Amino acid sequence: MANITLDDPLPVNAQDQGRRQRLQDSFFRSSTLFFALMVLLLLGGVIIALIFGAWPALRTFGFGFLTTEVWNPVTDRFGALAPVYGTIITSLLAMIIGVPVSFGIAVFITELCPAVLKRPLGIAIELLAGIPSIIYGIWGLFVLAPFLQLTVQPFLIATIGHAPVIGRLFAGPPYGIGVLTASIILAIMVLPFITSITRDVFETVPPMLKESAYGLGATTTEVVWNVVLPYTRVGVIGAVMLGLGRALGETMAVTFVIGNAHRIAASILAPGTTISATIANEFTEAVGDLYTSSLIALGLILFVITFIVLAFAKLLLMRLERQVKK
Amino acid sequence: MKRILAMALFAALAWTSAQAADISGAGATFPYPIYAKWADAYKKVTGVGLNYQSIGSGGGIKQIKAKTVTFGASDKPLKLDELEASGLIQFPMIMGGIVPVVNLPGIQPGQLTLDGQTLADIFQGTVTSWDDPKIKALNPGVDLPSKAIAVVHRSDGSGTTFLFTTYLSQASSDWSGKIGANSAVEWPVGIGAKGNEGVANMGKQTDGSIGYVEYAYAKQNNLTYTKMINKDGKVVEPSIKAFQAAAAGADWAGAPGFYLILTNQPGADSWPISGASFILVYKHPIDPPATLTALKFFDWAYKNGGDMAQELAYVPMPANVVDLVRQTWASSIKDSIGKQLWQADQ
Repeated sequence: MANITLDDPLPVNAQDQGRRQRLQDSFFRSSTLFFALMVLLLLGGVIIALIFGAWPALRTFGFGFLTTEVWNPVTDRFGALAPVYGTIITSLLAMIIGVPVSFGIAVFITELCPAVLKRPLGIAIELLAGIPSIIYGIWGLFVLAPFLQLTVQPFLIATIGHAPVIGRLFAGPPYGIGVLTASIILAIMVLPFITSITRDVFETVPPMLKESAYGLGATTTEVVWNVVLPYTRVGVIGAVMLGLGRALGETMAVTFVIGNAHRIAASILAPGTTISATIANEFTEAVGDLYTSSLIALGLILFVITFIVLAFAKLLLMRLERQVKK
Repeated sequence: MKRILAMALFAALAWTSAQAADISGAGATFPYPIYAKWADAYKKVTGVGLNYQSIGSGGGIKQIKAKTVTFGASDKPLKLDELEASGLIQFPMIMGGIVPVVNLPGIQPGQLTLDGQTLADIFQGTVTSWDDPKIKALNPGVDLPSKAIAVVHRSDGSGTTFLFTTYLSQASSDWSGKIGANSAVEWPVGIGAKGNEGVANMGKQTDGSIGYVEYAYAKQNNLTYTKMINKDGKVVEPSIKAFQAAAAGADWAGAPGFYLILTNQPGADSWPISGASFILVYKHPIDPPATLTALKFFDWAYKNGGDMAQELAYVPMPANVVDLVRQTWASSIKDSIGKQLWQADQ
């Protein structure tokens, strides 16, 4: 900015204005600094509260807490293995079901969709994200579960259930609710997030690149696999990690349909439990310090899992970006 | 404008303070239908309402120990040493029966018969299909489908579970050795639902399911209950007569702290899975007027609630037991200055 030197000093009202502006600036800086610090303080406070609350359980059970499957509130023996396994397996299945579908929707919207459908499809996807998760839970319990129990699950049990090795994955009575149902609902819930980010990222591909590929005679499939995806690798992985983070922490939708069984079963048609479903179901009636502390320890474990997943995603993205720059 | 707002605020405050305070309680879902019915009638008579949270016996015990409610309700009675340690007294309020309920299209209520050993096997996961020979043997004329059994049990700390698993332990040594009886057990198979209401709903939804609920829930939701074979080897249908027969031989006077379990009682007409539901209050309550209001409600229910209870197939406590309960109130519950809270002439 050019400094105007005057022979006379600045008039009084200009001096006041300058001081006021400096004050405004410093107030702005300190208040935004305060908000940023508050976020860090909150995060630190949550971590400390979790560790403090979980300490009795961790001290009593030690490392065995992570490897024991038993969950008995009456004899006060708790182990996190079943909820942790349930959280991981439902999130993994949700990703396996949801990512190809989201990817397909994003490709359709960007490459293959007739222009008149683009807007409505986009809006429909965003609306899916706006549905409260408890509505998903209720819908899952009253609509999806009976449907699965009467049609899909008996079919799976009768066909793949009898296959030699993978048959054990589809064994058991058709409950309707269970790990598979919870995973399907989670997949529907993470779909909008992954789809909208993937679609936005796909649209950043320079048309020149795609046109060049088409000009060389590539089919749409080849363009998507060999041009669009490698270009948008970073964004797509970021979208998947976002969806995974949502799936790991989802509570109400899963609680309704997971079946509340503190057991690890080989079959994905069996009931199970996740960390958030366990806490949601049992926290209000946890009698005794050790029970409450075990539930808080579960929360701490979920926090650590989410942190690990996010850190891993960040590292992967950094490595990919470095590769792209090369 | 300001004056109108001030008057409206004053009127609202005056109105709320003129309302009588509701009695607050929490606990078992087993007696919830009858408590709700009594509360409704009591409010019409006296204007005092009941705010009862049906969260399960485990929740009820936790809330009363945390002193967040005036009384706790539990189908699992506390033992005398636990009562003394927490400063609580317990007394039986109502008795009822727990029935197995199934969801099999084409099977009518009371058409199927089960016995304790088979029931234990089903809930243990050793009997997995409805056309298992053990079930067929008990039901010769019934056309049982070749369907997988979907077990539904309680996911929360439940007095109903305590009574049910106590019965299974008495009927099956395998169950007693491996799983045992408590308000929450490590169920080998099945899905968990919250409260009697949850089990009733889940059972209605899931084809081929079997669960256990208090009889009022089966009646109100038109669930398909089964008959049972009792200790004397007779087939009994759940009814108020069967629950009364189970309660007939109970020796309440000889039970310290009223700790009595009524499962697997002898008698040709006895229903094998019967039990009483208990109320827990403090000997030295922190809010004596609230506890006194609650005791007046229970007293009214003892005197006037019998017909309403029988409509829902609950068994009211016999008169001699009610006298014992009133004596316990008079001798054990003290107000803030150590005086007897419950006066005999009330």
